[in-house]
Amino acid sequence: MLQQFTVRLQRFGMRLMTRPRLDLPLLLALFLLACAGLTTLYSAGGGNYSLVGGQAARFVLGGVLLLVISRIPPPVLRSWTPWLYAASTALLVVVAALGEGRGAYRWLDLGVMRFQPSELLKLTMPMMVAWYLHPRQLPPSWKDIIVVGLLIAVPAGLIAEQPDLGTALLVAGAGAFALFLSGMAWWRIGLLVGSAGAAIPVAWQFLHEYQRNRVRTLLDPESDPLGNGWHIIQSKIAVGSGGVFGKGWQHGTQSRLDFLPEHTTDFIFAVFSEEFGLVGVIAIMLLYAFIIGRCLWIAMNARDTYSRLLAGAIGMSFFVYVAVNGGMVAGILPVVGVPMPLVSYGGTSAVSLLTGFGVLMSIHANRKLHD
Amino acid sequence: MSLRRASIKETRGEVALFRRRALAGFALILLGLIAVCTRYVYLQVYHHDEFAARSEQNRIKPRAIPPARGLIYDRNGVLLADNVPAFRLEVTPEQVSDMDKMLADLGAVVPISDDDISVFKKQVKQSRRFEGVPLKLKLTEDEIGRFAVNRWRFPGVDVVPYLTRRYTMGPELAHVIGYVSRIDADDLDHMDDEEEASYKGTTHIGRIGIERSYEKLLHGAPGYELVEVNADGRTQAVLDTTPPTPGKNIYLSLDVRLQKAALEGLAGRPGAAIAIDPRNGQVLAFASFPTFDPNLFVNGISSVDYKALTTDPDKPLYNRALRGVYPPGSTVKPLLALGGLTLGLRRPTDTVFSNGQFCIPGQSRCYRDDDRGGNGTVNMMQAIEHSTNTYFYKLALDMGIDRLSGWMSKFSFGSKTGIDLVGEVEGVLPSREWKAKRSKAGWFPGETIIAGIGQGYWAVTPIQLAHAIATFAGHGIPYAPHLLLDTQDGVDSPRVAQAFPPEGPSLIRRDSDWQAVNQGMIDVINSGKGTGKKVGIGFPYVMAGKSGTAERFSRKTDAYDNNKNSAYLASRHRAWFIAYTPAEDPKIAVAVLLEAGAWGAQDSGPIVRKILDQWVVDEGGPRPEALPPGPIATSDAPIESAPVSDDSIQGAQPAPATSSELPPDDNGEDQ
Repeated sequence: MLQQFTVRLQRFGMRLMTRPRLDLPLLLALFLLACAGLTTLYSAGGGNYSLVGGQAARFVLGGVLLLVISRIPPPVLRSWTPWLYAASTALLVVVAALGEGRGAYRWLDLGVMRFQPSELLKLTMPMMVAWYLHPRQLPPSWKDIIVVGLLIAVPAGLIAEQPDLGTALLVAGAGAFALFLSGMAWWRIGLLVGSAGAAIPVAWQFLHEYQRNRVRTLLDPESDPLGNGWHIIQSKIAVGSGGVFGKGWQHGTQSRLDFLPEHTTDFIFAVFSEEFGLVGVIAIMLLYAFIIGRCLWIAMNARDTYSRLLAGAIGMSFFVYVAVNGGMVAGILPVVGVPMPLVSYGGTSAVSLLTGFGVLMSIHANRKLHD
Repeated sequence: MSLRRASIKETRGEVALFRRRALAGFALILLGLIAVCTRYVYLQVYHHDEFAARSEQNRIKPRAIPPARGLIYDRNGVLLADNVPAFRLEVTPEQVSDMDKMLADLGAVVPISDDDISVFKKQVKQSRRFEGVPLKLKLTEDEIGRFAVNRWRFPGVDVVPYLTRRYTMGPELAHVIGYVSRIDADDLDHMDDEEEASYKGTTHIGRIGIERSYEKLLHGAPGYELVEVNADGRTQAVLDTTPPTPGKNIYLSLDVRLQKAALEGLAGRPGAAIAIDPRNGQVLAFASFPTFDPNLFVNGISSVDYKALTTDPDKPLYNRALRGVYPPGSTVKPLLALGGLTLGLRRPTDTVFSNGQFCIPGQSRCYRDDDRGGNGTVNMMQAIEHSTNTYFYKLALDMGIDRLSGWMSKFSFGSKTGIDLVGEVEGVLPSREWKAKRSKAGWFPGETIIAGIGQGYWAVTPIQLAHAIATFAGHGIPYAPHLLLDTQDGVDSPRVAQAFPPEGPSLIRRDSDWQAVNQGMIDVINSGKGTGKKVGIGFPYVMAGKSGTAERFSRKTDAYDNNKNSAYLASRHRAWFIAYTPAEDPKIAVAVLLEAGAWGAQDSGPIVRKILDQWVVDEGGPRPEALPPGPIATSDAPIESAPVSDDSIQGAQPAPATSSELPPDDNGEDQ
């Protein structure tokens, strides 16, 4: 049996070499991004090889998952979609039940590793929306929009309750992007966005005090320079002191001397900005723009509605990461736990992101042939 | 139904729709990314300078390096105040998991007082968690050894070296040098910003004495180093160093040998002894007894020690030489005589008949002489020699209180001498103005009379009297007494003499005036009949001096009895003796006070002699012969003289009717 397995593995490897099912430009961009991430991490972690090594190992794990998932044809994924969505939402309920009365509770302890069910939703959410819209007449009707809204709202609400505003935002964003790409009429979008804006004062009432404080601190960080404002002020100092060309790799004093909090995870982009300056920031932004554009290009060439919506939503939600984290580091968005994709240190995020790109690769491999 | 519809739905239109949406989405995303980038341009280009500056402020901190305090020497280079390495126990709070348990365990190895612990806990609250906080200062070698063996049990506790002040002479010079102690918040409150900056990193400050008055010289200026710190404030690297300027070394005019002689002379009796070089105002000895060990204060005195010092009835912390006020008694007579000459009221040869008492014309009130029956006809020299009260009663009356106080104020009575020690008091020089501030009753002639013999309102400090006799001995040239002699930038640098010019022209109008009074004071010691005749026996130079026995309490009853024993008299008298030598060209002037001495010459005279003997030895002069054993029989009032009823040996208060308005005696113990 083992022999049989090795033979199959060999065959798989051969096929990979001879007929690449992967989009090489996207893969190259992801590789560059991962390299930039590891380089920054090395500096931010103070030359700690085990930190970089651990992150590289996660990239390898994510890469393997990417390869595996890229082998699964989109119709198969589509057929699994309702079950995956239901399972991941059920896990959220379990977490919520376990976490009763314990404050922030996001983790499931599996013995060997802990993982956040909310991470799964980042992928299963756009899958579910795409699955639902796939057979419908597009652009979607009000009825479809309401159903999709519910599909988004239930898990996103559970995640926001944990409370994990950042992930809730990413999950809801991924679903919303699928809806957007499905061709939902602009006037309907305008109506929804408008009413959502009107609902902000209401939503404010439902925010946790610490979340409200984050928003308040964002509006005036200097009012609390040692408390909540510390993160934002030190991050802005790091970014601003980087200037156009940066202080140079491993010469960022803000992170090296620990003024910058969380400088390997949520605030790693401040380290990057400090050391590589505006030039580095623009380069990395171009890389992100390329990745997103490439995802949308793959989506445009996808074979069916499900693949199109899913690929597009995954690509566009990548933007949410970049914009929210980049904005947070630069002090224009509140401090929410959204990592800089493939740059921030942290296992779950890297693995789930690469898994998502695995789906994209699968869609790419099963693209329609141009007519 | 829906599935069927899906299979036939119009795919081409849907693809086009998706394409439009994807492009629109991508355009929005690009806009979003550009917006984010704009923010980075704003921070990194337009506000780069501001944030770069803030980043530098974050990481680069100036750190003060405290200067080494200047050393203090006596005039011959004997080290009096030193900086010595010592060891202290320091605790780094963040490394200690259970502070109370650690302190209890540590207390079993090295004794730690409750004081240490309470001060330590206060400091822990004020410092950063990773900073070492001193727990116990000045460890003994034994304690260091015992801790070293047990060190593994106490993570976060270290033995740390530091420099501490040590006063080599201990109590002998406590009232002169004073001491340093830890700077507290109150000290910092009293400093301006610049001064406060100069104390960055300094832990100790001069509290009293020379340490206080020459704080600026001794302190020096701090150096700075620029250090890179992390967010916790921990030093990562030293970027630049400006070394501190150490404080100047100070040479005092004191001679420790004379100081020792003075203290030995006081022999455990509360009092003061001061020696001054009349030629320049340099203070050669400045003793106040009882005294204390200044070393106790340097690193924080324990409450037990402090309580012992403050509750001691003899008040060892009280600087009698500088702050104690006592009636000067007969010691002012030579100066009053000089005033009579200077003001043209007397010639040296003018005589007065002393029959034992002096009565104001037209009043029944009479004032006594010391010798029953008086001294007969006396001229100025004889009046000084015998301390004839009548002569001075009359002189004071002729002079009047205004001229008397005006003259005496030239000798710094009633004002500070200006010695370079902090806390000097002014005492009281009787005058109309002084009394008018305190009493509605006018000035009475009787008050002038007793002022002539240094009684009544008079209150002088030993330094005032020493200054006055030194000014006279120095032919009237007034020098403010001072202890600072030289300064020095470092041990290898030359000593730089400090100039203390005289504060004015000589107070002596004619040399013959000075000679006459000088003769009177020479006779006190050398005539064979003078009040201080035994003080000069065997002394190689001609000595001049004057005794003074002042009453401590006003006398209200006849209970006072001159025939009582010395102990009784000592409890009622202040014993003074002032002297200078060589009489023809004085080089040293001495004033000695015993708070409880029976008679000036008998009790304080030998102390003066002891100091002068030491001075002769130091000068390399002929060795003085030892003072003959046994009591010095001379005194201001012979023991056999009986009191005249309702009167006093030296005047005391004039009448019961006015005495109620009079101020208390020198220390307010009575009335």
